[in-house]
Amino acid sequence: MRGYRAIIAVAVILALIPLIVTSNLWLNIAFTALLACLLGQGWNILGGYAGQFSFGHAVFFGTGAYVTAIVMTTTGINPWAAFVLGIAGGALVGAAIGFLVFRYGLRGSYFALVTLAFAEVFRVLANTMAITGGGSGLVVSGHLRPELFQQTSRLGAYAVAAALVVGVLFLTRALENSRTGAYFVAIRENEDAARALGVDPFGFKLRAIVLSAAITAMGGTLYVQVFPYIDAPLMYGPRYSVEALLVPIIGGMGTVFGPLLGAVVLHLLAEAATMITGDIAGLNLVLYGVVLVLMVRFLPRGLIGLFDPRVPKARLPLPRIAGRRRREAGDA
Amino acid sequence: MLEVRGLTKRFGGLLAVSEATLDVAEGEIVGLIGPNGAGKTTLFAMVSGFHKPDAGSVRFSGEEIVGLSPHELARRGLTRTFQIVQPFAGVTVRENIAVGAHLRHRGRREALAAAEAVAVRVGMREMLDNPADSLTVAGRKRLEVAKALATEPRLLLFDEVLAGLNPSEIRDILPLIRSLRDGGITILMIEHVMQAVMSLCDRAYVLNNGAVIAAGDTRTVASDPAVIEAYLGHGAAQRLRAGQVEAGADA
Repeated sequence: MRGYRAIIAVAVILALIPLIVTSNLWLNIAFTALLACLLGQGWNILGGYAGQFSFGHAVFFGTGAYVTAIVMTTTGINPWAAFVLGIAGGALVGAAIGFLVFRYGLRGSYFALVTLAFAEVFRVLANTMAITGGGSGLVVSGHLRPELFQQTSRLGAYAVAAALVVGVLFLTRALENSRTGAYFVAIRENEDAARALGVDPFGFKLRAIVLSAAITAMGGTLYVQVFPYIDAPLMYGPRYSVEALLVPIIGGMGTVFGPLLGAVVLHLLAEAATMITGDIAGLNLVLYGVVLVLMVRFLPRGLIGLFDPRVPKARLPLPRIAGRRRREAGDA
Repeated sequence: MLEVRGLTKRFGGLLAVSEATLDVAEGEIVGLIGPNGAGKTTLFAMVSGFHKPDAGSVRFSGEEIVGLSPHELARRGLTRTFQIVQPFAGVTVRENIAVGAHLRHRGRREALAAAEAVAVRVGMREMLDNPADSLTVAGRKRLEVAKALATEPRLLLFDEVLAGLNPSEIRDILPLIRSLRDGGITILMIEHVMQAVMSLCDRAYVLNNGAVIAAGDTRTVASDPAVIEAYLGHGAAQRLRAGQVEAGADA
């Protein structure tokens, strides 16, 4: 089975970085990049491997964060348990959305729009409901204890994030070497052909969205353990939805290392931009938009695609669904 | 093995297939022919679960299968190919075939090994590691057969696997199809290449305007006046016969 060695090499590099980089500023940048990587790794399962382009992955990120924050503030539960519950909450939302959307066969741009709509609905709800603290958000207060997973130092945050990223790298590689992964790719490449060969697209898309949501929610719950204040516009807003899809598109969709590479490049770019222009609110979203357009136009296979022609092209979902329709019509 | 009874499909005002009835017995190669737009592919789509018929029944190995999804039918041993080839373009030939092989082999290693065996059987051993979108038309047709074959079907529905191939490529692929039947797979094939239908099929059904207009052994069907008219227009059979009589008189 190919390619676990490269993951071990990456794990070693990630472990060595804190020896070289000791300033809190750079550790913080490294942490946000790894957080973006986790989100992107989640998105990559559904978008990169199974070919279902989500524009609203913040719905899973935010749910992971809110579930963790809510159970911790209301029950005082052990943060490790809250971490698991946050992931489970995200997975559950993924299952619910996936069931509704895939049951009715929505794909391409329709799928993208519905996921965007779900993220917006969750944002509005979290902004008004009492349990989520309404517009003032939630503060997970108190006794920050590293052994309870709550991170007080940037180094601790970095270490946990790096461990999770490496764990997901292994998971993704294992997926690539499994029947489930092969079926995801088959659905991405040609859903009708996959059906004819015995693939149940509904069942496997559902698996993809649950796994994808769980990993992205893991990013959300990690966020709460490091930044103990959350509110709806940030957690369910467009920033994390865009980051989740941009990171694998830059690095290379449907590849194990694409999201990690994309996250590093994107956050170095973002930092460079902030250094040049100073801290302008919303600048990162402008930058993200520009990078997304440039990638789709000039480098649709991402950075890894420069070396590996088998990386699928990032396409805006609209022309893709039109192509599929034509094929179906020709088939009838 | 396959019994189709009164199968009907409408698309709006168009009656695409009208009360089609046909049988395929185990071990046969049966042809389904007819002019363009006759409803052959629609009939296939209904039998393989891609379209839901408006009326009629399909029985496979004695069980009613109308309403079952394509993947359920593949699991039961009924697999189709597509007229417009549908490769998984971004991945290799080996991975393409492995998707089919996974139906009977859960493990990745076993599925890849099974895929390789199928590739050898259809003569694609040299192309195993090529990306599917680099294949020629003939290669893609072979891949279409290989993917379906990897699901280890009992009944294969071939939708024009020979279309677009040149005569020498057709000559190469005919023995493959025969070998599949000899390996115990029953085949129902849509085909326009008459030379192939004549040489491969035991029997044939002729579809025109959605209805079965002739059935029987291939030679009889090909000379049936109704069939000739369906292809060549009204009165063609008579003119042909007149031509033959004249030619006889001259001699």
